[in-house]
Amino acid sequence: MNGNPQLNRNGELQHLLTLEGLPRANIEHILDTAESFVSIAEREVKKVPLLRGKSIFNLFFENSTRTRTTFEIAAKRLSADVINLNIGASSTSKGETVLDTIDNLSAMLADMFVVRHAQSGAAHMIAAHLNATARPYIHVINAGDGRHAHPTQGLLDLFTIRHYKKEFSQLTVAIVGDVLHSRVARSLIHGLTTLGTPEVRVVGPNTLIPAAAANLGVRVFNDMQEGVRNCDVVVMLRLQNERMRGALLPSAGEFFKHYGLTEEKLALAKSDAIVMHPGPMNRGVEIDSPVADGKHSVILPQVTFGIAVRMAVMGILAGS
Amino acid sequence: MKIEIRNGRLIDPKNAIDGKHSLFIAAGRVVSTGAAPDGWHANRVIDAAGLVVAPGLVDLSVRLREPGFEYKATLESEMLAAVAGGVTSFACPPDTDPVLDEPGLVEMLKHRARSLNASRVYPLGALTRGLQGQELAEMGELADAGCIGFSHADAPLPDTLVLYRTMQYAATFGYTVWLRPQDAFLARDGVAHDGEVATRLGLPAIPACAETIALATITQLMEETGARVHLCRLSTRTAVAQVRAAKKVRLPITCDVSIHHLHLCEIDIGYFDANCRLVPPLRSTRDRDALRGGVVDGTIDAVCSDHAPVDDDAKQLPFGEAEPGATGVELLLPLALKLAQEDKQKMADMIGWLTVGPARIMAIDAGHLSAGHAADVCVFDPSAFWRVERGALRSQGKNTPFLGLEVPGKVRYTLVNGQVVFEA
Repeated sequence: MNGNPQLNRNGELQHLLTLEGLPRANIEHILDTAESFVSIAEREVKKVPLLRGKSIFNLFFENSTRTRTTFEIAAKRLSADVINLNIGASSTSKGETVLDTIDNLSAMLADMFVVRHAQSGAAHMIAAHLNATARPYIHVINAGDGRHAHPTQGLLDLFTIRHYKKEFSQLTVAIVGDVLHSRVARSLIHGLTTLGTPEVRVVGPNTLIPAAAANLGVRVFNDMQEGVRNCDVVVMLRLQNERMRGALLPSAGEFFKHYGLTEEKLALAKSDAIVMHPGPMNRGVEIDSPVADGKHSVILPQVTFGIAVRMAVMGILAGS
Repeated sequence: MKIEIRNGRLIDPKNAIDGKHSLFIAAGRVVSTGAAPDGWHANRVIDAAGLVVAPGLVDLSVRLREPGFEYKATLESEMLAAVAGGVTSFACPPDTDPVLDEPGLVEMLKHRARSLNASRVYPLGALTRGLQGQELAEMGELADAGCIGFSHADAPLPDTLVLYRTMQYAATFGYTVWLRPQDAFLARDGVAHDGEVATRLGLPAIPACAETIALATITQLMEETGARVHLCRLSTRTAVAQVRAAKKVRLPITCDVSIHHLHLCEIDIGYFDANCRLVPPLRSTRDRDALRGGVVDGTIDAVCSDHAPVDDDAKQLPFGEAEPGATGVELLLPLALKLAQEDKQKMADMIGWLTVGPARIMAIDAGHLSAGHAADVCVFDPSAFWRVERGALRSQGKNTPFLGLEVPGKVRYTLVNGQVVFEA
């Protein structure tokens, strides 16, 4: 199970599991390919036959409407057959293990699995299982595993930043909020550092910053004002409802007071800064409505680019 | 039956013997070492040229999984694994199903184990009823049935008042309390050390202070109650320092470490290797180095296998859902040998970690080859290498982080009570 299972011997992408350790050339190839797919969305017929005849299974062990929908749209625009399975957390307790599910669906001649799971490492486990059982031609895309990684989200964030800022070598990027539980943050951090972003900051209270954050190559800020000062990009993370209670945070209101992105705080960033959010947003918790809807916000373009990026990943994995 | 083991390198740390000596065994006991007794005629001669003749190993934690978890392992499979690993005496924790909190269960286990004619099994009784952490188990009854101490295994014991009472009660009768120091709240939901790997992989974490705070609580309760405590499976460098300090003020404390934690650290989790899902979690390289140091300087009294066979279905899950534990009883000696080679430790000292040390903790007459005492012997080839593979393991559990590794040390003969119970 050790060894990076997402690249084959020739260094080509076989699965997309994480952006950690993914070489710069692979990331740039995906982003460049996505550029060409953006224009497809602007055509009257939004389809290309790249994956005609391929079967893509959306395997969602954890519920998600939005991410599943974007993967489904991406696959359909590539002319693939899409099968959605909302397995939910309960089915594993009914007796079938994740790997049994995978073996069953593989027997139905799946070409690709898009996997979301509440446990960190689930997609790695599935990919390692397929590799170990000599089925490397079945591809796995990690659509979010626990707190670990959400590489297509990370890629679409990179795509968005590149779209607006052109290159990474001069940028200061702040990622604000619940970094501890965020797969989005982890993926984006690895992507940004691989592409040579000189300063990546994470901003939040100590209860929401992982113990060894500095090892990820980021600067930790507890003070939001300091954290967003002179930033080119501010990425707000979603604060899950369950984090607002209990011992991590006293209240949503207090979180907003310290870490919610308001126009006043955004004014400390560069005048041409962009504001991003992976969605769904909690208005008035991590982001104030005037900012979410304001001229710095690129939150909706992120969604549009997300489809192109997912098309690129699917196309590169299964189209060649 | 008279057995002579000749030409071997006899290492008996307790009696400070390390040299080429013969071992003479009759009627289940060691008769002498070195010179043959008068009128000696062996029924069987074992030529141990090139081999080490050591006391049978003593292991502080072997999970047999019986009763209750026979799909993971059975008494038969694990008793065979133990003798194949040269282990002739071991303690087994009470976290079976049902829990070892009734004398009848202990007697049954001992009876079943005896009938297999292999290693000596020393059950640990449950410290609280059902390991629920609320009511005292019948320690006196359990001790009469054969329990050598009382343990809470890996079950949480968050209520410090209950912990206090168990220690007071155990101290009343002189029983040893075996505790794995871990604060139940700080460890809640955690699956990996709160360090760089958990940060990268997004795994729920257990901070080092979960261990050190619990350890501080235990030593203070020891001062209050006078209880004798054995600490199981230390994992942090601070804990080693705490035990060193506690021993300095002569608290009746001992501790052990699992062989896994002397070789591995959090980085070995790699890409979510579920075989590295262990309790306590694998910690940093600094912690691992401090644990090695603690073994060498004697702060840590014993090294154990922490043998925990797990079935494949329970391991082929995402890291956080995988059942913790590793099979280990067959790897204890090879991995200890490897450690001694890496750290340039004497073989006799290494054998001491696996014999004299644990036997003292268990307060049993084992782990040495003194004349007149039971002949439990492990004869092994220290320079034979073998590859850890599923097929090479007799344990029903094939779950080990060391799969694929070449390790030194092959057990050739294991004797219990002067009988050859294993040879290869």
